[in-house]
Amino acid sequence: MVGELEFERPIIELRSKISELRDFTKTADVDLSSEIEKLEARLEKLEKDIYENIQPWDRVQIARHPSRPTTLDYIGKLFDGFFECHGDRTFADDEAIVGGIAKFKGLPVTVIGHQRGKDTKENIRRNFGMPHPEGYRKALRLMKQAEKFRRPIICFIDTKGAYPGKAAEERGQSEAIAKNLFEMASLKVPVVCVVIGEGGSGGALALGIGNHIHMLENSTYSVISPEGAASILWKDAGQAKKAAESMKITAPDLKELGIIEEIISEIKGGAHKDIDKQATEIEAVLHESLKELLRLSEEQLVNHRYDKYKAIGQYSFLREFIGVK
Amino acid sequence: MLKIFTKSKKKKYATIPSETAKQDVPEGIMTKCPDCKKIMYTKELMKNTKICINCGYHHPMNAKERFNSFLDQGSVEELNADMVSENPLQFPGYLEKVEKDRKKTNINEAVVTGVGLVGGFKVVTAVMDSTFRMGSMGSVVGEKITRAIEMADELKVPFIIFTASGGARMQEGVLSLMQMAKTSVALKRFSDHGGLIISIMTHPTTGGVSASFASLGDYNFAEPGALIGFAGRRIIEQTIREELPEDFQTSEFLLKHGQLDAVINRSDLKEQITNILSIHQPGGDLEW
Repeated sequence: MVGELEFERPIIELRSKISELRDFTKTADVDLSSEIEKLEARLEKLEKDIYENIQPWDRVQIARHPSRPTTLDYIGKLFDGFFECHGDRTFADDEAIVGGIAKFKGLPVTVIGHQRGKDTKENIRRNFGMPHPEGYRKALRLMKQAEKFRRPIICFIDTKGAYPGKAAEERGQSEAIAKNLFEMASLKVPVVCVVIGEGGSGGALALGIGNHIHMLENSTYSVISPEGAASILWKDAGQAKKAAESMKITAPDLKELGIIEEIISEIKGGAHKDIDKQATEIEAVLHESLKELLRLSEEQLVNHRYDKYKAIGQYSFLREFIGVK
Repeated sequence: MLKIFTKSKKKKYATIPSETAKQDVPEGIMTKCPDCKKIMYTKELMKNTKICINCGYHHPMNAKERFNSFLDQGSVEELNADMVSENPLQFPGYLEKVEKDRKKTNINEAVVTGVGLVGGFKVVTAVMDSTFRMGSMGSVVGEKITRAIEMADELKVPFIIFTASGGARMQEGVLSLMQMAKTSVALKRFSDHGGLIISIMTHPTTGGVSASFASLGDYNFAEPGALIGFAGRRIIEQTIREELPEDFQTSEFLLKHGQLDAVINRSDLKEQITNILSIHQPGGDLEW
């Protein structure tokens, strides 16, 4: 089976054994139905065991699954009349980010997201979903446009990170990301972000200053990839699994750290097993989010975003230890 | 061998149609596509909104044709149709040239403006006409476009402009240059009032027009294969002494370089714009 993941192997093996037995009973004269039943019960238990105790590293694998639904997959399912807008009006059109206008349940919105490719050819065109500065500048242009026409903004986050390259540095990768953080802070319309795959560092955050941030259950959001962290911390990228566990990069971790609002539950084994069903889960959360945020005034929205980010971080004062005021 | 001789013997004369026979085929019944060189019925071409049936080449449309194909039938109300040019610099022969083009094109200046419906949505539209003085912008073009923008502002409806122009009109000198400023100032005020601006660049959109209102849309679109740019290819090549790429300054080139939201085929244009207009209607469903 293409794209099977390491931790799922016991389930897949058992499942194929059951179907083998089924085929066998069809042709042979033996009745094995009770055995099949027993195995099916075991499969159910196994699935429960594995999918409910899914480890951080397993989630990383699901988030990176080649057939994991992308921004455009969800746009097609969630919105009507999507019209894609290209270009930063300055240098180029970066296909690692897509954006445009559409209707969500009748409400005009602007949708922006990182876009990976589905195959090698598309991945080269879209630079594996790793944007250049012009991608972020296009995103900002569309956000400003949304603000002008008072449309809520929905961002889908799905990138390994901003592209680390020569051209990107020449054109100001840092400035482009920084400018987005700066400008998104003051947008007078609701901004809802959904992490659908990997949320890789600054490249993800540049679409991520939202009033609400939601994460799919098996997505990750982190300051650096587990491989990168392992090579910095232990000088060994091979210890990525360990890094994934210690860095708190999964949706439940971020929820606990108070960074995200909702964990959007996924189908057993990951969103790629049923895109339609996954889209309805996202739709419900988006709907609630927007309903809540549309009640806020422009000023309240900006303050809401300010308060959200102000509250993130943990610290203490020495004076608390020595008891002075 | 023999056969060839007999064949050539047969063909003694070339057929030259008589004067009367020539007149039997009225001029313009057939059109040759400048791109693929195929000859087709003009009627069929017109039916296909002047897109070549064979290769998809977009033949230039004049203002009237554009109004008829883009706006809902019978919805158009033209604005300031009778505004005509003066000769502010006393440029020799200028008014005669304008007069000649007025007769040729049946319009009074290089832009036609009007209020109308697109897919049921009310809009103000300005269409430039490259058959009139190459669509160049003088005082009248600038003023008519500005008035159209003001009308859109007053009616609180979107402003849609189809550009086709060689640039500023030389015969009106610096007054032409200032029309870039006039139209841009008007667009800025309209935009600050929340107005929606859609620019659709058609072949050719160059010089002062591309460097003002044509590039100022909330959405900038172009028809396929249109020439769009600021300075002409020859001027650039002579200045930098380099040969420019084949697709330089085409719609597709601009899309790749981040200048356009999309290149839209003429046959999809009305549907796409209607969709965008519907997304920009104030107020969503009751549910919200």
